Amino acid sequence: MAKQQEQPIFDFSGGWDYSPSPESISHVKLKERYELFIDGKFVAPKSKKYFKTTNPATEQTLAEIALGNEPDVDLAVKAARRAYDNVWSKMPAKERGKYIFRIARLMQERARELTVVESLDAGKTIREARDIDIPLACNHFFYYAGWADKLDYAFPNRKVAPLGVAGQIIPWNFPLLMAAWKIAPALATGNTVVLKPAETTSLSALFLAEIIRDSGLPDGVVNIVTGFGETGAAIVHHPDVNKVAFTGSTSVGKLIQKAVAGTDKKLTLELGGKSANIIFDDAPIDQAVEGIVNGIFFNQGHVCCAGSRLFVQESVADEVIQKLKDRLETLYVGDPLDKNTDIGAINSKEQLETIRKYIEIGKNEGATMFESSCAIPEKGYFCKPVLFTDVAQSSRIAQEEIFGPVLTVQTFRTIDEVIQKANNSPYGLAAGVWTDKGSRIFNLTTKLRAGVIWANTYNKFDPASPFGGYKESGFGREGGMHGLGSYLKGI
Amino acid sequence: MTLNKTHKNVPDFRLSPTVDKVGVEERTARFQSRSIKNESKMQGLKMVLNMIDLTTLEGKDTPGKVRQLCYKGMHLHDIHPGLPTVAAICVYPSMVGIAKKAVEGSGIKIASVSTAFPSGQAPMEVKIADTKFAVEHGADEIDMVISRGKFLSGDYSFVFDEIAAIKEACGQSRLKVILETGELASLDQVRRASDIAMYAGADFIKTSTGKIQPAATMQVTYTMLCAIKDFYRATGIKVGMKPAGGISNSKLALHNLVMVKETLGNGWLNNEWFRFGASSLANDVLMQIMKQETGHYQSPDYFSID
Repeated sequence: MAKQQEQPIFDFSGGWDYSPSPESISHVKLKERYELFIDGKFVAPKSKKYFKTTNPATEQTLAEIALGNEPDVDLAVKAARRAYDNVWSKMPAKERGKYIFRIARLMQERARELTVVESLDAGKTIREARDIDIPLACNHFFYYAGWADKLDYAFPNRKVAPLGVAGQIIPWNFPLLMAAWKIAPALATGNTVVLKPAETTSLSALFLAEIIRDSGLPDGVVNIVTGFGETGAAIVHHPDVNKVAFTGSTSVGKLIQKAVAGTDKKLTLELGGKSANIIFDDAPIDQAVEGIVNGIFFNQGHVCCAGSRLFVQESVADEVIQKLKDRLETLYVGDPLDKNTDIGAINSKEQLETIRKYIEIGKNEGATMFESSCAIPEKGYFCKPVLFTDVAQSSRIAQEEIFGPVLTVQTFRTIDEVIQKANNSPYGLAAGVWTDKGSRIFNLTTKLRAGVIWANTYNKFDPASPFGGYKESGFGREGGMHGLGSYLKGI
Repeated sequence: MTLNKTHKNVPDFRLSPTVDKVGVEERTARFQSRSIKNESKMQGLKMVLNMIDLTTLEGKDTPGKVRQLCYKGMHLHDIHPGLPTVAAICVYPSMVGIAKKAVEGSGIKIASVSTAFPSGQAPMEVKIADTKFAVEHGADEIDMVISRGKFLSGDYSFVFDEIAAIKEACGQSRLKVILETGELASLDQVRRASDIAMYAGADFIKTSTGKIQPAATMQVTYTMLCAIKDFYRATGIKVGMKPAGGISNSKLALHNLVMVKETLGNGWLNNEWFRFGASSLANDVLMQIMKQETGHYQSPDYFSID
């Protein structure tokens, strides 16, 4: 029976529960051991060593991955150079485009397999892999296939040429998507590639290697060398690499920049961020709350452009924070393979420890922590979504990138104040603006120092849309016409 | 039993919160990607049945038609025992007496439309008389329509006052206020109309008359659920939600339940606070229930059409 006057709280526990709805993985066959992909073949590493890759949701080993190092990198770069000199640079641009298109089609055909592999290896939810990662990865290849023979239109009155061999190092947060972001434009502009996936997430890149081999792409045009940081360093330092593209942490980005100083290697870096998500008092509050949640909890917060700093206008702060807390209570954390899971596993034990460390720092700094009361699995690397209020601009948790499902909340009074606070960061990757007033959006987009600014939305990506940061978030743009320039000379 | 009342401290309805359509579409798309299977699906389907306001609102309604519909409401599919009944039967005022007698003892409520349904274009005296007639003949619930013309021309006070007057005429019967969202066109307007209705005393807010398209879309229903949520936080009073029209199959119905569950929580997942205004939904749900039980779909011929 309904009570006469109820406490205004909402009961999101139990009741009508969703039954487990796990994605079927029986169609995916993982090998016990994966080799390097060099010169069109899968070859054993010179070291004869292999390392394990684990499923962060279950802590079980998925497979062994070849440990490549300097000799393997050398072989790969040589293969890439031969392919460039003898085949790829001589091939008509239109034909290059056809290969890229074929890779896109094969990726689409094997999308289900790729989705499961990505979810198992990275810990991300099957829903996100299925609806976002894999379709976007395919679309990058489709998009850049079209640019291969139209470079004259991208750079009119210029005679552009590829750089040669591109060395590419990618992170673990969007393994397949980052591989697509790197490989597709490099091939479209006529370069050959040596790519190193992150050590915790090599599997989808190796599945991509099989697809690339099946596409008939000439040997050596794309090479994949798996390994750890030293393997990446070997690529960066190799004298016959013309271009280095890196996505990862700011600290490693700085090392790479030092390493290429004094050489004629071209460099682009896409690094960390501490992006501001700004809610004004006239924002559509319920949708803004959704946007905040998507901004920081999408992909467990492992997003370089995550909206990790929330700025809410003080007059609506109580309402927004209350609604945020309500919304956190309805997020499901659990088995990434369950189609109803919202937040999957943290990518690795190390990352989970980093996140926990920052949560402790936040508490010690005097910020007030609110944590979702959801259950999390006993095994595996899981973290409940968290938000901190009573955060100051000088709090460490508001300055340093946490790379997890942790949101800091600060208030502001005026637009000038929030512009200053949002820009007051060494990072400058992205920002979000929530307001009903169009003129305010335009005003902010000119004043905010961020490479990507979203208005009344967040974390939206498209191959045609350039992406990249200011300041310590890196330089260079990936995606769109802008993504072509960094792989060409003569511009 | 009614809990809400006409409020004295009302917000300025001209300053109603804005709603972002793109954001709403994104959120509702997520509800539709939830995977409801097995036990969860069966539970959900039975909940849906118990939340239906089985409706007949035709010019050619007769006692015979209404009695048969009432029987269906009480005996949805007796071949499969253990199924719930519907929540209510929804008819025109002229049929309330017939329906009331027909469902006696079953616990099913009688809901009556009123206020010159569906247009609402009639003098206030007529609308009050329409309501009182229905209440006197035993209607447990009144589904009124607001004056959309007055609303769209900005006369929010008029709309507030008419709802308050009908609320008074309802006595102990619960009042559902039909906003006719298809005529309001934008989600901002839907939000505004929802707030006016709740502060004026609505026990339920309802999307549509079912006589025009579009009727109950996920976006509109979501907007109204958010309004209910804010109202509950502000006043501590619960208001129910009734999407009506356009929910013709189980899939849509389950998506709606997912939406209620994740927006308002368990407190609203029962027929005291959530109803489906539907006529053909019941048979599709029965078909799905039988499919869950037996493993295959039966032809529509096995399910009575009343």
